[in-house]
Amino acid sequence: MPPDNPAVVVEHLVVERGGRTVLLDVSTAIPAGSVTGLLGPSGSGKTTLIRSIVGTQKVKSGTVTVLGEPAGSKPLRNRVAYVTQDASIYPDLSVKSNVAYFASLYGRSRKEAMSAIDAVGMHDHANQLAGNLSGGQKTRTSLACALVCEPEVLVLDEPTVGLDPVIREELWSQFRDLASAGRTLLVSSHVMDEADRCDRLLLVREGRFIADDTPAQLRASTGTDNLEDAFLHLIRELERTS
Amino acid sequence: MSLRITFITAARILRQLLNDKRTIALILAVPALIIALISAIMDASPQMFDRVGLILLAVFPFTIMFLLTSITMQRERTAGTLERLMTTPTAKMDLVGGYAIAFGVCAAAQTGVAAAVAYLWLDLDTVGSAWMVAFIAIVTSVFGMALGLLVSAFAATEFQAVQFMPVLIVPQIFLCGLIWPREEMAGWLQGVSDALPLTYSVKALQQVQTSSELTAELWGDLGIVAGAVVVATVLGAATLRRRTG
Repeated sequence: MPPDNPAVVVEHLVVERGGRTVLLDVSTAIPAGSVTGLLGPSGSGKTTLIRSIVGTQKVKSGTVTVLGEPAGSKPLRNRVAYVTQDASIYPDLSVKSNVAYFASLYGRSRKEAMSAIDAVGMHDHANQLAGNLSGGQKTRTSLACALVCEPEVLVLDEPTVGLDPVIREELWSQFRDLASAGRTLLVSSHVMDEADRCDRLLLVREGRFIADDTPAQLRASTGTDNLEDAFLHLIRELERTS
Repeated sequence: MSLRITFITAARILRQLLNDKRTIALILAVPALIIALISAIMDASPQMFDRVGLILLAVFPFTIMFLLTSITMQRERTAGTLERLMTTPTAKMDLVGGYAIAFGVCAAAQTGVAAAVAYLWLDLDTVGSAWMVAFIAIVTSVFGMALGLLVSAFAATEFQAVQFMPVLIVPQIFLCGLIWPREEMAGWLQGVSDALPLTYSVKALQQVQTSSELTAELWGDLGIVAGAVVVATVLGAATLRRRTG
């Protein structure tokens, strides 16, 4: 059932990359004020879907509407933020300068930049060059560069890969807080244990959505009690029918 | 396009450079040192140095700005920061303008040091003013910057970006009149030389060398270089894509 006030609507989206069809006519609606998990193996089309939503992907056909506007259109550039899979920050700038730069692009103050740095727990590293940080610290800096714009829609591509479990926990509770504050989050992951923290799950496999439901309903409909099994069940069922 | 974002972008690029102390030292010192070397080599013929040293004042910053910009921009494309910027309120011309301002400032600093060394220490002699020479050199290096921006679109790696130098920069240097007088080249080479923007920088410099008058011809030559800057910049901006495959 489609949500009442979707923040993101994807309709019949087809994307080709390098002569291969990566997304084959997918449709979904992502409810506002929720955390949606985008799950699937690498190469399944997760990043392509994300890039289509932030408007950096050439699409073959279909439409993507974000907050009522076409994806990537000008009015959205202050309202949608994107955290890429590899931290897209400047290695030759300090954490502070990186976040302050993105803050000023969004018309935000230096003070707001500092509180975004605090929010991702990078306060103690604020003056360090981003190039000298660990992978997890880079990811958090990259996240701060997105949080600083206080986006209505926040799209994160595998933000928790390689992170310390404590920080992972902290980030997820932050995602939850943002959603409670009415913001919409789309978080991709390839680890199933993160699925249970989402309000809704989108499972992608070979360019198609094979599930688009709440975790509870997924478990119920597949008759399993953990999500990993639920997904396996779905995949096997799909293979049987095809 | 927003002037505010253009300046924010320029400040960011300059901050990146300032964090790299070795690069700053190389940018400021190397052209001056090379000109000093040329001066020592041509010690027996000061007139020769007046001709060659003057041209080098423009050619060095031109080459270095090309390299710096093509590599920095190529990094921006491959590191994902370009894609990220394209999802922010940054317009393509903000980014290109930011690069032009940041590297323009660099070029001015570099030319300033090299010209000061050449005029004050190495006794470079021109009839026209040193300020005009510096101005021509800065316009020329902004052209190098614009070419670098354009080339970054065609380089998949930094390795390739560097190798565009012999393709785009070296022929201009060889044909601009630095290593051989243009009038003595074969007709078709003169034709090629006429089509290369660096030639007009050199022509402008040669006029400053022999005259203190700011003639229409001088401004015309500089106008051609400035026009080439605009063309290369617009083409470079056109290669920035908000959506990619």
